[in-house]
Order: sequence, then C-alpha cells, then structure tokens
Amino acid sequence: MNGHAPRARPEITRHVQASGFDVVERPLGLGTRIWNQSAVRKALLLVVLALVWEGYARWLANPLLFPTFTSTIAAGARAIVSGELPRSTAFTIQLLLKGYAAGLGLAILLTAFATATRIGGDLLETLTSMFNPLPSIALLPVAMIWFGLGDGSVIFVLVHAVLWAVALNAYSGCRAVSPTLRMVGQNYGLSRLGYIRRILLPGAFPSILTGLKVGWAFAWRTLIAAELVFGVSSGSGGLGWYIFERKNQLLIPNVFAGLLTVIVFGLLVENLVFRTIERRTVGRWGMQT
Amino acid sequence: MPVPDTGGPLLAVRGVTLQYKTEERIVTATYRVSFDVLAGDRFVILGPSGCGKSTLLKAIGGYLKPVEGTIRLNGHTVEGPGPDRVFVFQEFDQLLPWKTVTENITFALTASGKTGNGEAAGRARRFIDKVNLTQFSDSYPHVLSGGMKQRVAIARAMAMEPEILLMDEPFAALDALTRDKMQEELLQLLGGTQSSVLFVTHSISEAIRIGNRILLLSAHPGQVRAEINGPGDDAVDDTGRKLSERIRHMLFDGQTTGRNTTP
Repeated sequence: MNGHAPRARPEITRHVQASGFDVVERPLGLGTRIWNQSAVRKALLLVVLALVWEGYARWLANPLLFPTFTSTIAAGARAIVSGELPRSTAFTIQLLLKGYAAGLGLAILLTAFATATRIGGDLLETLTSMFNPLPSIALLPVAMIWFGLGDGSVIFVLVHAVLWAVALNAYSGCRAVSPTLRMVGQNYGLSRLGYIRRILLPGAFPSILTGLKVGWAFAWRTLIAAELVFGVSSGSGGLGWYIFERKNQLLIPNVFAGLLTVIVFGLLVENLVFRTIERRTVGRWGMQT
Repeated sequence: MPVPDTGGPLLAVRGVTLQYKTEERIVTATYRVSFDVLAGDRFVILGPSGCGKSTLLKAIGGYLKPVEGTIRLNGHTVEGPGPDRVFVFQEFDQLLPWKTVTENITFALTASGKTGNGEAAGRARRFIDKVNLTQFSDSYPHVLSGGMKQRVAIARAMAMEPEILLMDEPFAALDALTRDKMQEELLQLLGGTQSSVLFVTHSISEAIRIGNRILLLSAHPGQVRAEINGPGDDAVDDTGRKLSERIRHMLFDGQTTGRNTTP
C-alpha cells in the first residue's frame, strides 16, 4: 500500500436517454421459435434414427438378422389389420394397469405410514434398500409357485416393480416439503387431513411424479420380460409372448414390429401422459426438479 | 373483530424462557423475557443473531411452548398456531408455488375459515391492489422477484386482518435498495389501519425506521436489555447522541466493538 491519496476528480452527472435505442426487446424469429420446441427437435431425431435403421438394414441385406424399417412397418401394419397385435397389446396393457394400480395402492399405504411415524419411515427405508435392487423378474418363479400360472403371479411381480420406486420417491418428496410451508399450513389453521391434501401432496408432487414415471417404466419392462420368458404362464398371449412366438416362427420383421410397439407405447405414455401432467403442474408452478 | 378495550395489553409476554433441542444439546434461546404489545403498536424486537428473537416470535406464533412463563393474547394463553396471529416469514418459499398470487391469498382466507369463497376473491383483489401487484394477480410465485414475493406474503397476512401480524425479518433476504423501498411501503400500508405488528430484525436502522417501540435483546441467552420508544427517525437525544448510537452502545456494551479498541 503506498501512502498518497488518489488524485481529485470532478463529479459527473448525466441525463439518461429515454428513447431512440436500436433494440430494447425484439421477438425471436420464426425459425428460432420452431427450433425451440423440443417436440420438433425430438421428432427430427426420430426421423434420423429411422433413416439410419433403413440404411443399415439395406446395406446388411439380411432380413433374418436385421429387417429394414419399411418391412418392419409393413409387418406391423399387417399384424394390426389381422388384429393379433392389437389383441396382444390390449392384453398386456390391461395386465399392466392392474399391476400398476395395485402397486400404487400399496405405495400410498406404505408412504402414509412412513410419513406419519418414525418407525414407518425406518420400515420403508429398510424394505426399499432390501427389495429395490432385486430384479422383479427374479421373483417370478416363486410367484408362480404361490399364485399359479395365471395373471396373479404376473401382477405380484408388477407390484414389486412399482411399489418401491413409487413409495421411496413419494416419501422423500414428503420429507423435502419446506418447514416454512408446514408452518404456513398450521398458521392458517389447517387440520391434519387438510394439511396433507393442501400442502403436503402438492408440495411433494414433483417427487411423486418422478416416482410414477420410474414405476411405470419398471412395470412395463418387467411385464415384457415376464411374458417373454414365461409367456404361456399368463394363459393367452401378451406382447412379450407375441415377440417370443414370432421369433420361433422366424418371422423376424414381426419380432421387430412387436419390439417397435413396446417402444412406441413407452414414447406415447412418456410424452403424452406424463409430459402433459408435468407441464400442467410442476412446470407451471416452477417446481421442476 | 371488535376487541373489548379493557386497557390491558394486546399481547402480554411474561417471564418467558425458551429452550430448543439440537442433536447434541439443549439450548436456552431466551431467559425470562417480559414485554407488552399494545393495540396499534409497531413493536420491534431487535438483537444480534443468537439472541433468540426468531424463537421468541415462533413461541408467540404458537409453534413452541415456553418452559417457563406465559404468553397471552387478549388475555387468552397462546396454545398453538392460529389465524389470529399471522406470520410473514423471511423465506420466499412461504408462498405456495402451486397457487397464483390471488389463490395464495384466497387459500389463506378460506382455509382458516375467515371468509367464504365469494368474499375471499374480493378481499384478495383489494389487498393485491394495495401492494401494487394488480398486473401479477394471476402469476405463479416463481415468476416474481424476491421483493414481490414478500409483498404477496404481506398482502396475504394483512388480508387475514389478524389481531397481530408477526413479521420474522421479512426483508432480510432482499437487496438493500429493495429493502429500503419495502420498509417505506410497509409503513404506508400500516398507516391506514389499526394493525398491530410485532417485527423482528437484526438491523438497527430498520428497527428505528419501523418501530414505535423497540425491545433490545442481549445474546446467549436472549434477555431484555432495554425497551425504548422509536420516534421514527434517528433522532439526537438530550445528551447529543444519535438513537442508533445509543442502541449500538446498549447492545454491545462491555464488549469490544471495533478493531481500534485495545483491551
């Protein structure tokens, strides 16, 4: 530090300009706005992927190993017209919904118990760390002994796939609701039930939604795997059984059409159902995690 | 709500000792604190961090039971949280993110049973106008700035027309310029009403500006150091000292306050 003071400077005052700027605000161009839509970008990606598939399959020229995109679509269209693909898809979906609903119901009970009492929280955490890493499909042999070869065993496995993911996410969401909001709820005299309905559930909703999404994905993939491996167990055939059967008949384009149906359903549910819920709730509230 | 004018204080805090538990220890936050708030007061609790002023406010709000002493509002002992003592917190997340500005206020009014749905909407609009947020009435909180969020919280609290408003450092998380503006607005808002306010702060200048009565708490644990009248500005008293200097002296006496004082 040197000892002398900075030199004296005169004070400055200016008038700020009120208008006549080149740009203060300008709307974005049409192209930029279209490109900003994630749906547009993703659709373009899908088209590119389909083109790559078509190109590679044509270059490979081995329909038994890897059929072209167009022949897969054609096989799928024939299977849709004949009714076998819609029938097996419908069968799979109704089984999936049953298992998903049962899993959600149990998850709600478990989460309620966990948020209400400390021992319930310990129970949920322990059970989750025990069972969540266990692949649901590994339980199918046992389930078939317990519940027989019908829908029961598949639903049991689905419940296992859904329950832990949903319960764990909902529980951590409830715990993350800010203490300030809790105090606000008490301040306005909410009852315990009113607090749960009007503060806790919406406050935990971002995590609950994540749990629902993860649970859905787990259930979907568990079910297809269960049908592929033990397809006959569920009596008439679902989508997984359809794929398995067509492979045995060496109808490879149909196998791919079945796989494509699984993918399309995943995309539809993710982008139409969950994305819409997300946009209308956590997106609008600025609570996206 | 008509209050029978018995001449007694609106809020009577008598010998209140507060303790809270952490993971390892029990901490005494305040020790035998007593004071009275009269109807229409802008009563400020001022003290350094660790003097238990926020804990004291939470006890008055009913979130915490005193281990000793009593807290009475209009002669009734405070038993738990209730809409007759509405809080404005420091945190911006006191607004429900899933409700618009208007819905945040109508929610408070209807959840507490203060008004029905019809009246709530009208009252919400009136108070949103008062805090100059008319054009944001249908916005969700996350698009608002910190100062605007606090204005919504204040509007929500005032719309409840509580016996007493409890403000827990409501402007502490704001930038200095916004804070200055908000203090001005709060005084204007309160000017037109008979609202009683209990305001907690650690800023001497804020205390002087807001309070007509200022309670000074010492730290670790909080005890009443003084209770002084606030003239609304940093007046110079008979001995030629500014009010802020007097307060600073009382809060920090016996301690070294600057680097230039050698022991």
